[in-house]
Amino acid sequence: MSVAEKISIRELRNRVAGDLRRKLARESVLADEESLRPYECDGLSAYRRLPLAVTLPDTVEQVQDVVRYCHGNGIPIVARGAGTGLSGGALPIEEGVILSLAKFNKILDVDTGNRTALVQPGVRNLAISEAVSHLGLYYAPDPSSQIACTIGGNVAENAGGLHCLKYGLTVHNILKLKIVTVDGELVTIGLDSLDSPGYDFLALMTGSEGLLGIIVEVTVRLLPKPECAKVIMASFDDVEKAGNAVSSIIAAGILPGGLEMMDNPAIRATEDFVHAGYDTDAAAILLCEVDGTPEEVEDEIERVRRVLEASGCIKMQVAADDDQRQLFWSGRKAAFPAVGRISPDYYCIDGTIPRKALGDVLNRIEDLSSEYGLRVVNVFHAGDGNLHPLILYDGNIEGELERTEQLAGKILEMCIEVGGTITGEHGVGMEKIDHMCVQFNTAELTQFHAVKEAFDPGRLLNPDKAVPTLHRCAEFGAMHVHKGQLKFPEIERF
Amino acid sequence: MSVDRSRELIDAVTASIESGKPLSIRGGNTKAFFGGPQTGEPLEMSGHSGMVSYEPTELVITAQSGTLVSEIESTLKEQRQMLPFEPPCFGERATVGGAIGCGLSGPRRPYAGSVRDFVLGTRIVNGRGEDLRFGGQVMKNVAGYDVSRLMVGSMGTLGLLLEVSLKVLPAPRSECTLMLEADRDGALEFQQRWSQRPSPISGTCHSGGLLHVRLSGSETGVASAKSKIGGDTLDDGDAFWTRLREHDHEFFKGAGRLWRLSIPQASPDPDLHGDSLMEWNGALRWVISDSPADRIRTAAAEAGGHATLFRNGGAETEAFHPLSGSLLKLHKKVKRAFDPKGIFNPGRMYRGL
Repeated sequence: MSVAEKISIRELRNRVAGDLRRKLARESVLADEESLRPYECDGLSAYRRLPLAVTLPDTVEQVQDVVRYCHGNGIPIVARGAGTGLSGGALPIEEGVILSLAKFNKILDVDTGNRTALVQPGVRNLAISEAVSHLGLYYAPDPSSQIACTIGGNVAENAGGLHCLKYGLTVHNILKLKIVTVDGELVTIGLDSLDSPGYDFLALMTGSEGLLGIIVEVTVRLLPKPECAKVIMASFDDVEKAGNAVSSIIAAGILPGGLEMMDNPAIRATEDFVHAGYDTDAAAILLCEVDGTPEEVEDEIERVRRVLEASGCIKMQVAADDDQRQLFWSGRKAAFPAVGRISPDYYCIDGTIPRKALGDVLNRIEDLSSEYGLRVVNVFHAGDGNLHPLILYDGNIEGELERTEQLAGKILEMCIEVGGTITGEHGVGMEKIDHMCVQFNTAELTQFHAVKEAFDPGRLLNPDKAVPTLHRCAEFGAMHVHKGQLKFPEIERF
Repeated sequence: MSVDRSRELIDAVTASIESGKPLSIRGGNTKAFFGGPQTGEPLEMSGHSGMVSYEPTELVITAQSGTLVSEIESTLKEQRQMLPFEPPCFGERATVGGAIGCGLSGPRRPYAGSVRDFVLGTRIVNGRGEDLRFGGQVMKNVAGYDVSRLMVGSMGTLGLLLEVSLKVLPAPRSECTLMLEADRDGALEFQQRWSQRPSPISGTCHSGGLLHVRLSGSETGVASAKSKIGGDTLDDGDAFWTRLREHDHEFFKGAGRLWRLSIPQASPDPDLHGDSLMEWNGALRWVISDSPADRIRTAAAEAGGHATLFRNGGAETEAFHPLSGSLLKLHKKVKRAFDPKGIFNPGRMYRGL
């Protein structure tokens, strides 16, 4: 940034902050560098930018005021929940404001008869389940950052978690949204009923990464807690066998609540960290959880056991009680921090592939790993084909980050090649915007831009994220994926 | 038989864009009664049929849009899998494209999910004549806006569907149907009690003092729930749920306007002067009533839901519940984003859309 630009940004900041302070309480507008610093990035801390200002409205009317002001003055808006996202979706824009929904942290109503909860967007994911636990209910989607991430961000990213195969993603577990459109209008999307008339804007808004509207209220569906859950852990001497076992479980008509896989490097890293009792000699382990009524669970565990035996697993163990069940899961849930202990830096990838391609993809990742001289640890939501390879690198070694970026790019391209996608649950944000050019052609991207135009013709809501401009794609020749350092290392990631 | 008519269908769209003559997309034409009138030049989708891919272990089936629903269901059945949303067909010729366009789901919907919940990807032709793919064949995919699910229930007004990928599920190992005597309040109470905890219930239907309850799951799971619920076991349960799904149930033979009220499940029965059948744990109420449309729509809206004039409506009332002004404005913009010339099924969903 040139000196002149710096001065003009400062002037703009003073003017915008002054204007916004006439609309919100003084302390609800942050504009000095020190206060802005915590907002300079989200969970993908490799990208950092200071926004013009941060606004923290208290009411929906204030959100509308801020949005109207920005709309009237052509100022971009980036909505932000807890900022735990991993793709740079909440990365500020230098000439834009951050609209933080942090103060919208109340559960407004719980309807036990209809098993729904009306919540503000800044309510933490886990807080919903905690608040309804005494009613025997819970909110199903459980992204790994659920202790910190907010429901508004979950909707924006269509967050998943460990139990998607059986219980679905965010899009399957919400009924209604209130959004503020770019011109400040409050619009209700969806109803309290299971369906609603007109186009499915609920689906369109979910996963739209803050590009179509500001979410100010969410009605979520709640489920009765499973009466019983059991987990089985199986070791394999070969990754491909483990992959095939996953297919065999599905082929046997079993729909597990959770079905996870780790390769040997992941097993070793996590076992050292949490001592979950994993088989560190195994090439891969599977964790398969079934839940439901006690009778159902007994039946299903027996079936899973038989399938695993027939799939050539070398060791198998059913968690004896709930404590051991939690212990088995603790390793899987701690995979990211565990990997953080064995490497100065790591880069997390979020591709989804057809399950049948698993063996092939893992073998090719291993080849690429040798070729690039970088270790790769694989954890995998095996049930729904969502692969999270973690590339280990040291940012202090000259050129290693660049090699990591290239390797990550190769892996994402491989995901597309085998019929999958560049992002299963982390979103495109800034991180994968160039890879959108590989996954979608010009006409498809143009259609996305037309959708954006319908909601936000001036391109003020989280502009230049999630969907690349055609110009950007034209420039994107050589693969170049950026560094993905994690913020919040203390939060579980899986 | 598998025939790919994509090229010819894209040409038909291009011709329509050039001539400005709108199209009326037609699959099996089994749901012509549903929604607004068909006004454009018929574009027959029949023959554009066949499975593109089906791998049972991936739990995904991809089919061309003109494929018969019955063909897909029998293919899945051979592998002990199913379309969990049980799309109502209303005729043997019903196609999967029509099922997506109408967005209707059957008895299993509140327990397993709706048709849109199971859509993973689509291939469509938009109103610029472009052949586009969205979503894919994998369970989790957040790259780009969810255009595929937007197609569901859009009544063909946003684009021409060429292919769809659907998530499928294993068929339950065991099912049984129970019959209990209950008045409406008793049925509502039963549904409330049983939906507060996990159970193998996969269908409810209350009509004429009888509550039918379907159980699905493992043998012991079903047996255990059966003994707790009690009632009589219906011998041919499958046939009952098929009749219900296809509106061959006695209730639907009643004369008069058939309304579909989608409301929160615990809502008391709206007083609408008519016979009614309740499904979906209470979340779906079918009502045959000649009460004024406004009255029925107000009752549904007050309960937090909406009302569709499903069958036997006149031309004076639109089929679908009116949208708020701001929502209608967004609908028009989104329609324009996909179909700038307005060639796809104009008026089939709402007038002017």
